[in-house]
Amino acid sequence: MRYHTPSTFRDAAQIAAGASGVTRFLAGGTDVLVQLRAGAVIPDDLIDLKKIAGVYDIARTGDGGWRIGIAVPGIALGAHEALRAEWPGVVEGMELVGSTQVQGRATLTGNLCNGSPAADSVPGLVAAGASVEVTGPDGQRTVAVQDIPSGPGKTSLKPGELISAILLPARGDHAGDAYLRFIPRSEMDIAVVGCAVSLRLDGDTVTEARVALGAVAPVVKLVPAAAQAIVGTALDDAALDKLAAAASAACAPIDDKRGTIAFRTEVAGVLAKRAAKIAYSRAKGDRA
Amino acid sequence: MAKDEFREFKLVGTRPDRPDGLDKVTGRARYGADISAPGMLWGAVVRSPHAHARIVSIDPSKALALDGVKAVVTRADFPEGLTGEDWNLQENTIAGERALYDGHAVAAVAATSKLLAEEAARLIAVEYEVLPHVIDVDDAIKPDAPVIRAGAADASVPEGMPPNVVRYMDFGRGDVEAGFAEADLVMERSYKTEATHQGYIEPHACLGQLGADGKGEMWVCTQGQWYIRKMCTAVLGLDASQLRVTPSEIGGGFGGKTTIFMEPLSLALSRKAGGKPVKIVMSRSEVLRATGPTASASMDVKIGLKKDGTITAARAEFRMQGGAFPGAPVDMALYCCFAPYNLTNVAHVGYDVLANRPKCAAYRAPGSPMGAFAVESLLDEMCRALKIDPLQMRLKNAVKEGDKSSYGPRFGSIGLIETLEATQAHPNLSIKLGPNQGRGIAAGYWFNHNGETSVSLAISEDGTAQVSVGTPDIGGSRASIALMTAETLGIGYEDVRVNVVETGALGVNEPTHGSRATFASGKAAVIAAGHAIKEMCRRAATEWGIEPEAVEWVNGAAQPAGPNAGKHPPMTIAEIAGKMGQTGGPISGHHESVPEGVGASFGCHVVDVEVDPETGRTTILRYLVVQDAGRAIHPAYVEGQYQGGAAQGIGWALNEAYIYDDKGRLANPVFLDYRIPVASDLPMIDTVIVEVPNPGHPYGVRGVGETGITPPLPAIANAIEDAVGVRMAHLPMSPATVLAALKARG
Repeated sequence: MRYHTPSTFRDAAQIAAGASGVTRFLAGGTDVLVQLRAGAVIPDDLIDLKKIAGVYDIARTGDGGWRIGIAVPGIALGAHEALRAEWPGVVEGMELVGSTQVQGRATLTGNLCNGSPAADSVPGLVAAGASVEVTGPDGQRTVAVQDIPSGPGKTSLKPGELISAILLPARGDHAGDAYLRFIPRSEMDIAVVGCAVSLRLDGDTVTEARVALGAVAPVVKLVPAAAQAIVGTALDDAALDKLAAAASAACAPIDDKRGTIAFRTEVAGVLAKRAAKIAYSRAKGDRA
Repeated sequence: MAKDEFREFKLVGTRPDRPDGLDKVTGRARYGADISAPGMLWGAVVRSPHAHARIVSIDPSKALALDGVKAVVTRADFPEGLTGEDWNLQENTIAGERALYDGHAVAAVAATSKLLAEEAARLIAVEYEVLPHVIDVDDAIKPDAPVIRAGAADASVPEGMPPNVVRYMDFGRGDVEAGFAEADLVMERSYKTEATHQGYIEPHACLGQLGADGKGEMWVCTQGQWYIRKMCTAVLGLDASQLRVTPSEIGGGFGGKTTIFMEPLSLALSRKAGGKPVKIVMSRSEVLRATGPTASASMDVKIGLKKDGTITAARAEFRMQGGAFPGAPVDMALYCCFAPYNLTNVAHVGYDVLANRPKCAAYRAPGSPMGAFAVESLLDEMCRALKIDPLQMRLKNAVKEGDKSSYGPRFGSIGLIETLEATQAHPNLSIKLGPNQGRGIAAGYWFNHNGETSVSLAISEDGTAQVSVGTPDIGGSRASIALMTAETLGIGYEDVRVNVVETGALGVNEPTHGSRATFASGKAAVIAAGHAIKEMCRRAATEWGIEPEAVEWVNGAAQPAGPNAGKHPPMTIAEIAGKMGQTGGPISGHHESVPEGVGASFGCHVVDVEVDPETGRTTILRYLVVQDAGRAIHPAYVEGQYQGGAAQGIGWALNEAYIYDDKGRLANPVFLDYRIPVASDLPMIDTVIVEVPNPGHPYGVRGVGETGITPPLPAIANAIEDAVGVRMAHLPMSPATVLAALKARG
């Protein structure tokens, strides 16, 4: 195994582009090192990104959004009060990943690039309309978060490409987001279903919404029909039922050791309603 | 509540710091994987990826070609001609003609590093011919099921039974049909439980060394060093006394560390590698795939109940698979399932069935939780139907001293009634429940056990005492034995050190199993202390020039027994010990026996749950364990045992299960998907220690380790029905199954 410590993303991309065997990028390492120790993935080239300047930074962007470095661990995200106040759903998704110890290492970028349909931080990013800055050997491009995963354990990144930052849009006024997942236990578990809702209000009426579902399809799904079910409503029971039905209708899950098709489909609707209520209350100014 | 005809004790019943506490919290304690030796090699095991397959060939040439690979062993390196359980153990240690389950060891390799050993294991080429497999017990008992092993049935199995039935039992008394005819309500239901794992936090680890001369050493994480010795030497064809086995500190066992898995492989590799010590540490996946989970069960129960709550008759028919070898605890399940009840008419039928799964091992009250799930669930359903209070029903039928147990023997002193009365009096029972909340009650039983026991006690020169026991401390036995020894000798708790010793130091000891360590090693230590006291009194008598019978032992000193014995100031243990070299040499005490006087333990649990009707998720709101300890030597440890049993039972009830894919491979061999409860899943578990002292033990000990896992399974099922009106008859009661039941009910 060759271990690399490039000092720029461009260098990292070039090392990756020139590698021919199994290549992995290392940030928090909470997937890569676990897979390595289990013998599941033993990289030929391991490219450590933590020596690159700025990877631990959370910075306000010119448009009022946020740029989150690729090595920012969950615990730092959670401790960032301004970010947490604007995007509580994004932060709470990340904070559900792993244990306290894992939170000290695990990153949004890693969670996204691991490609798990059950990744807890991804629905929140998708609902938020987040994008990522992708660096490749030939330059940079910006990609919507929902376009990164392409299947279980797979991403749309091309050989040599890597994510160099997570970009959150400006939050704006009267808006809120929330993420809920269903697990059989109370922590230290993986989502059987996950749902994030981000919305904006004008008075009591929802004017914008994005709904994302996790663990119910090969990739985290943005569900426009679910969003449409609540836009223009005050999140009354009828709207919530329509939201639940749309969320359930969007599910294409599998039966596996973690849950059944019927269960995931049903509970996706339940979580959508509950997450929407929390997001709505946050948009109203409740800081719960 | 305690029938206390015992005197007050100075130490017994107090809660001093545990002797292993500092070592454990500072990392100084040495567990199995912490033992290393100069020149040590690392072992890795090649395991079958198939549930059932003929082993066509094993080619280790690529592995052996690696620099640093020192030995590869296969079944060919083990002796032939073993029979019975010795053969079973050998076949489970390393597959012969066929791999019998996913994870079955097929070969092992030793190399100079762990990474190299693992790489070498991947390079050992094994060719398999995949065979049809069977996993579920109800499939395995079918006449046309794939045959795990022809001729494995013992003499108990009548002609014409399906081929995978290897043990059969049929026993009872009275006339159950007449009993059912007397009842106001007769109900019959079927139940299933899935296999679960003990989930001890420390994976199996050992360091084995074996020379060409047949002399060996082993350091190992185990509940029973003599069992390791007996089983390893049987599997390898060695003399038992030539293998010395030293137990490490142990990070949990719950019965799963009372047998062998990879230990003989380390010895065989060592022998083949010129006697270099070989260390093998299992990964968690190896632990789950290839150690000894408990059995899965399919059970039919029929009970007759009168309107006044009297049980008129009861019948149980249990089918259990315990893997590819005989030994599912169907007998224990049947003995325990009706044990709380005084029955005239009772019948039991049991089948031990083979399936393509790992060889089951003991797990905390083996069999009893499954039987309790079936019987206590049905009784609860019947109490509901007849509108009888479930606690009153249990009190009405409760066994007491002198009653004939459901499985035959008469009970000695037992405390079920006291336990039920203490339950009834607990404030948790009067807490009002909200919507979707429910309360469940269930009783449970474990026999407790004595077993071969050998203990040695020696007085040190300064008057302190050391006790050598052969029972590894998995639940507080060192603290409890130190308390009882100190109480007996009349010295301080800190003045006694209890050591768990290696096989060369004592006669044969059974493992710490059957809730026996504090009972059996404790009783032996008290008797051994009595021998030492007798000798110390004799030394004092000699010095005083009086008869030994005229000396008594009071508060850690010899003193004249009465005015006729003469006037001598008390001679303390420190004074006697300080000059023992001049008065006749070392002072010690020994005791070897299978201690008589085992006292059984009953428990009753009450759980409050809340079920989320939209997701089927069950939350444990509060949990109460009430159990008869006989005498709680160290109450904090007793409470810990009660809480631990409840926690494991809650996991078994709600989420834990061995899940197999359609190829018979274990789908969840990691703690992420094998869901034991995490701390935040559980409330503080309330405990009540009932003390009906066991007259068979000098301090009244019964043994408390196992009963606590028996009631949670039915108690939670009963609470779920109380909360949302669905009866769950198949464990685990996971959110998906509860939600499906709610949807089916509409």
